Amino acid sequence: MRFFEKLKERLFKSNARIEQGVDAILVEERVVDDALLEELEDLLVQADFGVNVAQRASAAVAEGRFGKSVPAEEVKRLLAAEVARTLAPVARPLPLYAKRPQVILVVGVNGGGKTTTVGKLASQLKSAGKSVVVAAADTFRAAAVEQLKIWGQRAGVPVIAKTEGADAAGVAYDALREAQERGADVLLIDTAGRLQNRGDLMAELDKILRVLQKLDPTAPHNVLLVLDATVGQNALSQVEIFQKIAKVSGLIMTKLDGTAKGGVLVALAEKFGLPIHAVGVGEAIDDLQPFEAQEFARALTGAKAL
Amino acid sequence: MFENLSERLSGVFDKLTRQGALTEADVDAAMREVRLALLDADVALPVARDFIARAREKAVGHTVLKSITPGQQVVKIVHDELVATLGGEGDKAGEIDIGSPPAPILMVGLQGSGKTTSTAKIAKRLTEKGRKRVLMASLDTRRPAAMEQLAILGGQVGVDVLPIIAGQDPVAIAKRAMTQAHLGGYDVVMLDTAGRLHIDAELMTEVQAVKAAVKPHETLLVVDSLTGQDAVNVAREFDGQVGVSGVVLTRMDGDGRGGAALSMRAVTGKPIKLIGVGEKMDALEEFHPERVAGRILGMGDIVALVEKAQETIEQREAERMAKRMAKGLFDLNDLHAQLEQMRKLGGVKGMMEMLPGMGKMAGKIDESKMDDKVIRRQIAMIQSMTKKERKNPDLLQASRKKRVAAGAGVEVSEINKLLKMHRQMADMMKKMGKMGKSGLMRGGLSSLLGKAGMPQGADPSALGAPPPGLPGGTLSGLRLPPNLTGLGRRKP
Repeated sequence: MRFFEKLKERLFKSNARIEQGVDAILVEERVVDDALLEELEDLLVQADFGVNVAQRASAAVAEGRFGKSVPAEEVKRLLAAEVARTLAPVARPLPLYAKRPQVILVVGVNGGGKTTTVGKLASQLKSAGKSVVVAAADTFRAAAVEQLKIWGQRAGVPVIAKTEGADAAGVAYDALREAQERGADVLLIDTAGRLQNRGDLMAELDKILRVLQKLDPTAPHNVLLVLDATVGQNALSQVEIFQKIAKVSGLIMTKLDGTAKGGVLVALAEKFGLPIHAVGVGEAIDDLQPFEAQEFARALTGAKAL
Repeated sequence: MFENLSERLSGVFDKLTRQGALTEADVDAAMREVRLALLDADVALPVARDFIARAREKAVGHTVLKSITPGQQVVKIVHDELVATLGGEGDKAGEIDIGSPPAPILMVGLQGSGKTTSTAKIAKRLTEKGRKRVLMASLDTRRPAAMEQLAILGGQVGVDVLPIIAGQDPVAIAKRAMTQAHLGGYDVVMLDTAGRLHIDAELMTEVQAVKAAVKPHETLLVVDSLTGQDAVNVAREFDGQVGVSGVVLTRMDGDGRGGAALSMRAVTGKPIKLIGVGEKMDALEEFHPERVAGRILGMGDIVALVEKAQETIEQREAERMAKRMAKGLFDLNDLHAQLEQMRKLGGVKGMMEMLPGMGKMAGKIDESKMDDKVIRRQIAMIQSMTKKERKNPDLLQASRKKRVAAGAGVEVSEINKLLKMHRQMADMMKKMGKMGKSGLMRGGLSSLLGKAGMPQGADPSALGAPPPGLPGGTLSGLRLPPNLTGLGRRKP
């Protein structure tokens, strides 16, 4: 199933709100004025765009059309175009390198969906013909290792784990050595959730990076930050701090199948320009889809065409 | 960079306090900033709008009392309004209905909001503080290893967990838990459910069926406090479809605090019962609207700090310190005691975050990578001294310093820094001793209010003064040295 259809299907109820919102503001047609601008802005704020981006995006829609009468469908199209313009440069799939094993570290705050994402990624990479090893470096949360092992079984990939409470960096180190010995193509490392303002936990992440570099100075080759679509403007703080400490190379947004619109992605793209690799749209193993800017923009705004 | 709500509002009211009179334009300017700040902090738009309208109405035309500045007046009005929105009337913080045992408590929420962790935390709290016999059961048949997670947490907090039987559906598990609770004489049954989207009809039906089967005393909605605008939809749908009796806000220790709390309360009208403030199993606190409102307004969470201090500091020790300080005495033993207290209170950063207008400084401390290590090292240095030396630091000359440095595993220069810090603190204690208690309070309170948004580089020593009504000693851990930045300086 194509990304757009799946997303649109999943998001149907959620996007209805922006779509209906635009329709409510513009009963078929309306003159572009300050009041309309403000209402558009409010709509975007409610989609987690953040005030600044919402202002800028609605201003872009109004540009050159002030005082003119515009149909609702046109406003949606313009909004979608604006969103797509911002997101197109960052919609890039997870890069795969010739380097073996390619080390992919998955980080993020608690409850964002890291373990599930690692499971889905492992499954997809495996079906793409890669030999995959998964490391359970979340040694903190109870039963995190068991959870990942179940995902490993489903995906048919080996999971390297130690007991709960073991040193996370140690698990990562052992896993990389094992992946090297096996000649695996990809090593996926799941880490414990950590709030970005917890200096001690962020230091642990730094340690994982350092330890990996002892075995392979170029590792990790990708650091994926998993963001929950329901999160609001705190996503900006998450990206900033994780980028500083863990050198995040790309983003994955999960839980886009709810009513959360993930509008904060637009703000993130503007501010950080980090690639957005994929979005999670469900709990099944194949519910991780590549991120496509235009489709996302259309799903978000309800525009029929771009 | 994203500013948190309290920092942002500090800035707004900073501007106001510098002005002479409160005009309608002033209020409007302030409210524009308040609105932006609320939205930046993820307060839901309709909630922010209502809030601004109410606060504005109350602020404009409000007579400004002679003794305070217009800025303080606005702070008060906005603060009161925040407390009203956050608290509602008759809410009893942290109270959970566990009458007529076994009382079932149903935990619901989105995936990853922290249900399982909160379930275990509440069970621990009810067991330890409420002296109840609690049984936990996981109805999460979907997420891999979710049941094992609860079982492991049960072991950690010492609460019984219903044995796992593979293949049972959630309703059957819930019924089995209730039967077990009746037979086993349990007071409370905590039912942890699978994370579900509020638009997932199938799963919402499932949780409705569980609810109908066990008729829970409480249905608690667990919400991540970092949630954005969608918090409103989540709350409305869960309340509408399942019916919730209260909210548990998790991850309140994150740096996005504030916003979601306000929207949840405003939209559902249901009390926020408890907040999760860390990964440890005892990191669960009662929700106090005044405190959160205070935090939001940049006036710091003084109440929390004081309470924490009271829990941590032994009363006798506090009294002894208070007496010594009143006399202006302060030797290395006292410094040692203070450092220990600071460590227990969560280090310098933990304290800074709770203090008025210090949010920015806490950020700085973060940047400087200062942590408990510095404090621990300073404690080690003092512990490497003899009793005599601790009482009389003047004894510490070259060879003694070398010995102490070797004992603590540091350079002599570190010892010098510590002694300098101690000297400065001792000097300050002397001055305070002379000022007397009344002097402290007058200076203390006005400087707290006047500096609601303490600008960067504010003198932290101003915070040394205890708020009124507290025994001076309990706050001794708060008396920071004037050169706090020196304390955090890293080794060159």
